[in-house]
Order: sequence, then structure tokens, then C-alpha cells
Amino acid sequence: MKLSQLPLKNLTRRPGRTAALMLLTAFLALSVFGGSVVVDALRGGLASLEARLGADIIVMPAEAESKVSFKNLLLQGTAGAYYLDASALERVREVEGVGQAAPQTFLASLKADCCAVKVQIIGIDPATDFTVKPWIEQSYRRELQDMDVVVGCRVNADVGEDLRIYDLNTHVVARLAETGTGFDTAVYCNMATMNTLLKAAEDKGVTHRITSDGEEVVSAIYVKVAEGYDVGKVCNALNGHVRKATAVKAKSMLTGVADSLTGVSRTVALLIGAVWALAIVILLIAYAMMINERRREFAVLRLLGASRWRLGGLMLKEAALTSLGGGVLGVALAALLVFPFTTLIESSLGLPYLAPAPGRVLLLALATILATLLIGALASAWAAYRLSRSDPGNALREGA
Amino acid sequence: MWGFVMILRAENLSKRYMRKSGQGNNFYAVKGADLTLESGTVTVVTGRSGSGKTTLLHLLAGLLTPTEGKVWLDDSDLYALDDAQLSRLRNARIGVIPQGRSCVDTLTVLENALLPGTMYGGQADPDAALVWLAALGIESLAAARPAELSGGELRRVAIARALHQNPDVLLADEPTGDLDDENTQRVLRLFRDQAKAHHKIVLLVSHDAEAAAYADRIYRMDGGILKSD
Ligand SMILES: Nc1ncnc2c1ncn2[C@@H]1O[C@H](COP(=O)(O)OP(=O)(O)OP(=O)(O)O)[C@@H](O)[C@H]1O
Ligand SMILES: [Mg+2]
Repeated sequence: MKLSQLPLKNLTRRPGRTAALMLLTAFLALSVFGGSVVVDALRGGLASLEARLGADIIVMPAEAESKVSFKNLLLQGTAGAYYLDASALERVREVEGVGQAAPQTFLASLKADCCAVKVQIIGIDPATDFTVKPWIEQSYRRELQDMDVVVGCRVNADVGEDLRIYDLNTHVVARLAETGTGFDTAVYCNMATMNTLLKAAEDKGVTHRITSDGEEVVSAIYVKVAEGYDVGKVCNALNGHVRKATAVKAKSMLTGVADSLTGVSRTVALLIGAVWALAIVILLIAYAMMINERRREFAVLRLLGASRWRLGGLMLKEAALTSLGGGVLGVALAALLVFPFTTLIESSLGLPYLAPAPGRVLLLALATILATLLIGALASAWAAYRLSRSDPGNALREGA
Repeated sequence: MWGFVMILRAENLSKRYMRKSGQGNNFYAVKGADLTLESGTVTVVTGRSGSGKTTLLHLLAGLLTPTEGKVWLDDSDLYALDDAQLSRLRNARIGVIPQGRSCVDTLTVLENALLPGTMYGGQADPDAALVWLAALGIESLAAARPAELSGGELRRVAIARALHQNPDVLLADEPTGDLDDENTQRVLRLFRDQAKAHHKIVLLVSHDAEAAAYADRIYRMDGGILKSD
């Protein structure tokens, strides 16, 4: 029997009391960790959306609601079927201040064999593209051949398989990393493949306004502004120079998303804050009650020669073990709740959601456990301090 | 036989309390107590309930800061020491058997008896503790938890703990209160033996007429005033 074993004995031999305090702590850890992971995933989603976009300006067909449908593409992976003549690309390149200009063509699939939902097919020009190519290159280093496709992580087709789109077979050559955005349900191909698919779609009467003489069409042109030029001015110049098209700053395109994201993050952060405050108060009260109930027990230790510091150390150790156990339990429970239901959380929030990397999750988990540990320590230190202000002789006559 | 004498001395010792109700809201539980206890003697303090006996004992044990006066153990002024020094001194030299229950309920009887010895990293000596449990007739309860024990058994655990602590001063608050005649005799003999054979300072608070038979000196508490009988 050593004095250092006393805290553990106090915990294991009063399992009811220990469990109650641990569950309380676990509830705190659960809310804090779970909430932090969700907020982090939302922030990650927005960052990845910005990175995926990678452009300063987006030139789109001037038709109504194109902006709305573009946002839908970002978030849900659906887009309207409006197109620009490929000649618009030349006009864009003529504008001063345009550094890079890369066309993309969108086509919504019918229900493909692969997927329960429509997938968005995006044609890119590998020669000029700077938006998705770096991302694709993370998974697939070779040039995209005709009828090759690269699929987003949530398209249900494996590398090496064929994906049937408008009754044509395409070959899946790579899968992309998760972004948490609508791009995860997209399929990428080169422009030649895109034109073949457009034809097939047109034959089925799905798309309209495709130029009859086989001239290429594009859905959007991504522009990177050259060094030293103002994005706003280049944007205005584009609007003046390119007919039937609207140029929009990419940042303004994202503000709606970013705003609602900020709203949700703030709400979640506020909730976490409230849970923290509540939990701190509840834990402090719980510890105070527990320690008050045990005043006589602690007075007996003082009577047997424990100094204030020694007794405080014992109380601290007991509280640290309790809050550590509770913290680990809460984090584990949160992991069980948050990670399996990522899709559900994502769809109910309707915002880009990118689960943080394991390293970051670990960091959040450690921070949460550390925080609960700190609260436990604080609560017991406070209780120990209050206890030490009264002579043991007073506590000894209580509840004898 | 012993070349030196240890002394626990109280000088003009007083403890004043504030009562929240009643008219005399400012009263002395102990007032102006002078007391000198020498090693090798058994002192008994008697007195009516509420007369201040427990308060006096706590004051002498360094557990309750006096309103006035001082307590000396040899040349240590107890209440001039800092908490760490006083705690260490109490652990090494003062064994207290308080009124009422005083076992840590998450420890077994044996672990409770060993507790003072482990307080400053000492080696626990279960065999020696078991000898004291046997001397008090509770060795069969060594592995039991306090919640399973009777009042008299708990009393004897506290006594065994104080004896195993082997201090210079033994302060016992109604140690025989819950005990039958046979155990009362056994406990009183042990205390007397501690004083006579082991040269300790022994103070017993007791209503028991039998305790008086073992006493070298008897005091009476009366409304906070300590009087020699
Ligand atoms: N913390 C306190 N605050 C106010 N009054 C107190 C306090 N502690 C003790 N008293 C009062 O001081 C008086 C002496 O109490 P004490 O416990 O010393 O009596 P006692 O002689 O040991 O009695 P008993 O024989 O019943 O144990 C009592 O009247 C008690 O109510
Ligand atoms: Mg008393």
C-alpha cells in the first residue's frame, strides 16, 4: 500500500461516483470534439472549393440564372445546359490582363449505370487547363486519351472499369481525392471525348443549342489574371469585350457559400461555447459537491499528517484520472457519432464538407482531452483551495 | 528508566466561536486552558456533552487554530509552524483518534491502519499493523471495508491505526464510547501500556468511570473551562 495508489483506489472502489463524473466529462468532450470536427470539415470544404476553383474570373453564358446553376455545380454537381461558342475563348484571350484562360464544358448525364444520382461530366482542355489538371495529376499522371475519364471519389466506378454514358463506353483511368464539394460526383474527360458525348446527348434530345456544324462549345472559361492586373478591371473589360457572356469574379461566386458557411461555423462555435460554459459550471459544481461530501474523509487524511499540498495532489490526481477517462471516452463516442454519419451531416447542412485529415483529427482529439483534463484539474484545485481555508478540526465534526 | 521527558503544553488556550442563532452569539468553546502533559502519564478529561472536550483535543492536536494561546510539543510551537511542518510533525509524533467515524471508506481495514505510515513515502509494514489489529480483536476484519463494520469495530480500527503510527502523543476522543466492557478494558490497558511501557503522552477524553481508574491525572471540562479534579 502506497499513498500514491489512493486516488486510483478511490476511483475503482466507488465505481458509481467515478462513472457519474466520467460520463459528465465525456459529454463535454463529446460536444467539443464533435463540434470542432464539423466546423473544421466545413472550413476544409470551403478551402478546397476555393482551391478547386483556382481561377480569378469565370466567364459564363449570359443566360439567366447561370450564376445560380454554377453554385449548384459546386455544391450539388448539377449545372444548367447553357453553352458559349468556342470562339468566345479567343475573345477572352484578347483582353489585356488575361494571363491564362481555360475552357470547360459541362454536360449532365442521364442516370448513368454507376450512380443513383446524375453525374456532371466536365470536359477540360489538357493543354490550357490550370484548374482541375493539378488535382487530376495527383491521381493520374498521364495524358487523358479519347474516351478516358477520371471520376470524382463519389462516382461509383472503379479504375479499369467501363462507365456507360449516353450509351457510350468510357474507360475509368483514375479516381480523384475527396473535396467535399459537388466535384466529387463529377466525371472529367478531354474536349474530344466531350464532343463525342455531346453529340450522343444531342441525338437523344437531351441538350439544346449545340452548334449544328460541329463547332466546339464551352460552358465556362476560367481566367487567371496576369501579374500586376486588377481582377475587377479585367473582369469589367471581359464583360465589355466578350459577347453573350458574363464575367464574374470567382470570389464573389463563393461569397454566398462562404457566408452560409460562416453562419453555420458561428452557430456551431457558439453552441460549443455554450456547452463549454455549461459543462465547466456543471463540472465545477459536481466536483464541489463531491468534495464537500467527502470533507470528513479529507479531514481524516489531514489528521493523519497529510499537508495541504499533499492532499491537494491526491485530489488533483483523482480528478485528472477521472477527466482523462471521461475525455477519452467522450472523444471516442464523438468519433463513433461523427465519422460514420459524414454523408448525413453533409447533406443536411448542404455545404461543402471535407472531413479533416487523420493528423488533424488526432490533434483536435488531443486538444479536447487536454482541455477536459484542465477543467478537471481546475475544478479540483479550486475545491482543494476552498477546503484548505478551513481547519481540519472543523470538517472533522461534520457527519461523524 | 527514560532519560528524558516529552511535554505537550497548552498555555492560556482559547477557542471562540460565533453562533449563528441564539443570543450568546459569541462564546468560548474553550477558555484559558492551561495544561501540561508529560510522557509516561495517562490524563483523562471528562465533562458534559458540549463542554468543549473535542475542541480542546483538536487544539492540542494542531487541527484547530486557537483564538488565543499556544500549544507546545517540547520546543515546537505548533501554531507557529507552517502547514507542511505541522503536518509532518503530526504524522510523526501525534496520533489522533477522533470522535466518530474516521476510516477512509475506499480502503480496507488493514490499508486504513497502514495509511499514516505511507504519508511521507515510508515503507508499509502490514505485519506490524496486523499485530495491532490482533491486539484489538479485529485481525479477521483486515480485508473488510469500513462500510461493513460496526461502530465499535470502526473505533478499534482507528485505535489500531494510531497505535501502528507509533507517535509520541496519543490523543483519543471517547475511544471506548462504542465498546463493550471487555473491549473497554482491553483498550484502556493498551493506552496505559503505551504511557507506562512506551513512555508516551496519553490523553483520553472519556465519560467512562472506568477510564478514571487508569488515569494519573483527571481534568473536568465545564462550559469551556478546564478544571483539575
Ligand atoms: N465550528 C463551530 N461553530 C460553532 N460552535 C461550535 C463549533 N464547534 C463546536 N461548537 C460548539 O462548541 C461547544 C463545544 O463543542 P465540543 O465538540 O468541543 O464539545 P464536547 O465536549 O466534545 O461534546 P461531546 O461530549 O458531545 O462530544 C459546543 O457547544 C458546540 O456546539
Ligand atoms: Mg466531543
